Amino acid sequence: MGQTLFSLKNATVQYNGRAILSDISLSIEEGAKIALVGQSGAGKSTLLTQLYELSNGDVSLVPQELGLVRNLSVFHNIYMGRLHRHGTLYNVLNLIKPMQKELANVKPIVENLGLADKLFAPIHELSGGQQQRTAVGRAIFRGSPVFFGDEPVSAVDEHQSHAVLSAIMESHQTVILSMHDVELALHYSDRVIGLKNGIKVMDQSTRGMKTSDLDEIYQS
Amino acid sequence: MKSIKVDALYLTAQPRPLVRTTIGFVAVAVIFWLYVDIQITTQDPWSEIIRMLIGAVTPDFMETENLFSAIVNTVAFAILGVAVGNFIGFFLALVFHMRMIRAGCAFVRAVHELFWALIFLQIFGLSALTGILALAIPYSGIFAKVYSEILEEADAVSLTTIPNSTSQISVFIFARLPDAWVHFKTYSLYRLECGLRSSAVLGFVGLPTLGFHLETAFAEGKYSEASALLIIFYLIIATIRNWCHTKLVPIYILVSLIVIPWGVSDLSISNVIRFFANDIIPHPLRVAESLNATTLANFGFWLKSLIIDQALPGIVATVVLTQIALVGAGALTLTFFPLISPRFFGTFGRTVGHIFLVVTRSTPEYILALIFLLLWGPSMLPAVVALALHNGAIIGHLMGRHTESMVLRPDSPEGINLYTYEVVPRIYRQFLAFLFYRWEVIMRETAILGILGIATIGFYIDSAFADLRYDKALLLIIITAVLNLGIDVLSRTIRSRLRLQTRVNVA
Repeated sequence: MGQTLFSLKNATVQYNGRAILSDISLSIEEGAKIALVGQSGAGKSTLLTQLYELSNGDVSLVPQELGLVRNLSVFHNIYMGRLHRHGTLYNVLNLIKPMQKELANVKPIVENLGLADKLFAPIHELSGGQQQRTAVGRAIFRGSPVFFGDEPVSAVDEHQSHAVLSAIMESHQTVILSMHDVELALHYSDRVIGLKNGIKVMDQSTRGMKTSDLDEIYQS
Repeated sequence: MKSIKVDALYLTAQPRPLVRTTIGFVAVAVIFWLYVDIQITTQDPWSEIIRMLIGAVTPDFMETENLFSAIVNTVAFAILGVAVGNFIGFFLALVFHMRMIRAGCAFVRAVHELFWALIFLQIFGLSALTGILALAIPYSGIFAKVYSEILEEADAVSLTTIPNSTSQISVFIFARLPDAWVHFKTYSLYRLECGLRSSAVLGFVGLPTLGFHLETAFAEGKYSEASALLIIFYLIIATIRNWCHTKLVPIYILVSLIVIPWGVSDLSISNVIRFFANDIIPHPLRVAESLNATTLANFGFWLKSLIIDQALPGIVATVVLTQIALVGAGALTLTFFPLISPRFFGTFGRTVGHIFLVVTRSTPEYILALIFLLLWGPSMLPAVVALALHNGAIIGHLMGRHTESMVLRPDSPEGINLYTYEVVPRIYRQFLAFLFYRWEVIMRETAILGILGIATIGFYIDSAFADLRYDKALLLIIITAVLNLGIDVLSRTIRSRLRLQTRVNVA
C-alpha cells in the first residue's frame, strides 16, 4: 500500500439536526480499490462528497446525478473531462467542430464502454445506462489517478457492468465506488466499507468474503 | 488509418435541429444586414452622447409640476387600461374555446397599442378614453389567451372528484378558479409592468403621459430632466411588488378615475359615426355614386397603388428589421445573462448586472430608439440596437434567473469553458423558446418604430393618419396585423417542430 491520500477523523455531518454521518474515521491509501456499501440513505453519497472535498479536485468523478449536458453529444460530454487541459479557443473550436485528434483520443474509451455507435448522439436520446456509461467515459477521459463513483453502474446491465468496472479499474490507481450490487462490489474491490444509518459498521479486506457476509448491513 | 474511420463516423452525424435553425436565422440576418441602411448621419455623435451621459448622472427633479403630472398620468392610464383589459379578458377566457373569440383576440393582440391609440385619437381626440381603450383592447386579447391557458392547466384531478350534477358555475368556482387565481394575480402584475411601459409610450402620440414630456425634453436637449423622469419611472416599475397589493387595487382604480384628464371636449357621437360610416371607407368607394365598373376600376387602382407604393416597401423593411433585431436580441441575450448569474459573477458584479438589465428592459424600445435616433440620425441602426438591447435584456434576465437553479457536478469547469460547454447547451432550448416567443413582439414593435421616421410599415400608417387618409391607415394597420399573425403562426410551427416549450412561465 502506498501513501495515505485521504483521511477522515471523527467526521460527523448533520442535516436539519439529523446526523447523516456519525463519527466516521478512515484513511484511504494510494492504490486502494474500495467499495462503499449500505442501504440507500445510509450516507454513502455524503461520505463520497466529504472525501471529494478533501481532495484538491484532481479526481475523476461520477456523481449520482451524472452532471451530463443533455443537449451535447456523447463525444462532447466525454471531452469535457479534459477541458482544463486546453486553451479556451481550442475548446470552443472543438465544440463547433470536433477535432480529429480529440476524436481519436475519445474513440478507444467509447469502444470500451460500448458507446461507439452513439458517439454523436445527444444525451437526451440515450437510455439511462448509456448516460451512466457516458459519465464514466468523461471521468476516465479526465485521466486522474483517483476515481470516485457514486453508483456508477446502477442502470447498466450486468454484462456491460463488468466492462465498465474493468475499464474504471484499469485506468485508475485508486478507486472508491459506492455500490448497491454486493456481488460486483466484492468482485472489483479489495476493501469494503459498510455504512448503516451514517455509522461505519464494516471496514475490511474483501479477500475471502462472501456476499452473505454483507447481509447484516442490509438488515434494518 | 484510425483517424479516417473516425472522420467517416463524424460525417454521418447531422447538425442538430437547434443548431441548424440557429444557423439559418443568423444567415438570413447577415444577408439582410448587408442591404440595410445603417449609416450614422449625425455630425458629431460623440459630443451628444457625452451630453446625454452627463444628463443621465445629473437628474433634475426640480421641474416638479411636469414630472408629477407625467408620472401620475402614466400610472393612472396603465392601471385603468390593464384593469379594463383584465376584466374583459377574464370573461373572454371563459368562452375562448369558440373559434370566433380566439380569432378576434388574436387580431386585437396583433395591433400595437400605439396604432390603437392613433385610431381612437381620430374618434375621441386627446381624451382619457383614447388612452384607456388603446391599452385595454389589445390587453384584453392577451389576457383572454393567457387566462384560458391557465384555466386549462388547472388541476384536472380535483374536477373528477366533484359530483356529476354540480352546476357548471360551481365547478368553475370550486375546482378551477382557486388554483388559477394565484396565476391570474402573478400574470396581472406582470401585465401591469408592461402596461406602465405602454402607457409611457402613449405620450408619443400626444397623450399626457411620460412619453410626451420625454419627447419634449429630448427635443430640447434637457437631458437632466429626461433622466429624472426615467429614474422615477424605473423606481415605480422596480417597486411594483411593494405597492401593488390586491387589496389596494380598487383604491388605485378609483384614484386613477379621478386624476385622469378626461378632456371630453371633442367627444361626440357624430364623430364616432363619421369615422366608421365615412372616414374609413376606401376613398373611391366613398365618393362613388353607385357601384359600377368605373368605381371598381378606381378602387382597384387605389388598392394597387397603396399596396405597391406603401404596403410592400413597408412590409419588406419591417421583416428585414425584425429578423436582424431578433438575431441581435439573441446574441445580446447570450451576452447579458451571465451578468446576473451566480455561476459567473459575485454579488457586486451581479448587482451591477441587475441594474443594467432592469434599466434596459424597463425602458420601452420606443424610447431607446428615440435616444439612438438623436445620437446617430435616421437609419435602421437605432431601431435595430433599441430592439436588440431591450429584448436581449428581457430574455437575458429570464435566462440568468434560470441558471440560478441549475445543478452542476462538483468538478464542473469554470469561466468560458463553463459557459460554452455546460451552461449555454443546457439553457439553449429554453433560450430559443423565449426568443421565438418574442419574435412576434419584436415585429409589432418594429412596425411601431416607423412613427419615429424609420421606414417600416408604421411610417406609412403614421403618414396616412397625418394626411387624414384614415381609409389607407386602417387598411395598412390590418395588413400589419395579418403580418403579425403570420409570424405568430410561423413561430408556433417552429417551436413545436423543435419541440420547444411553447408555454411561457410567467412566475
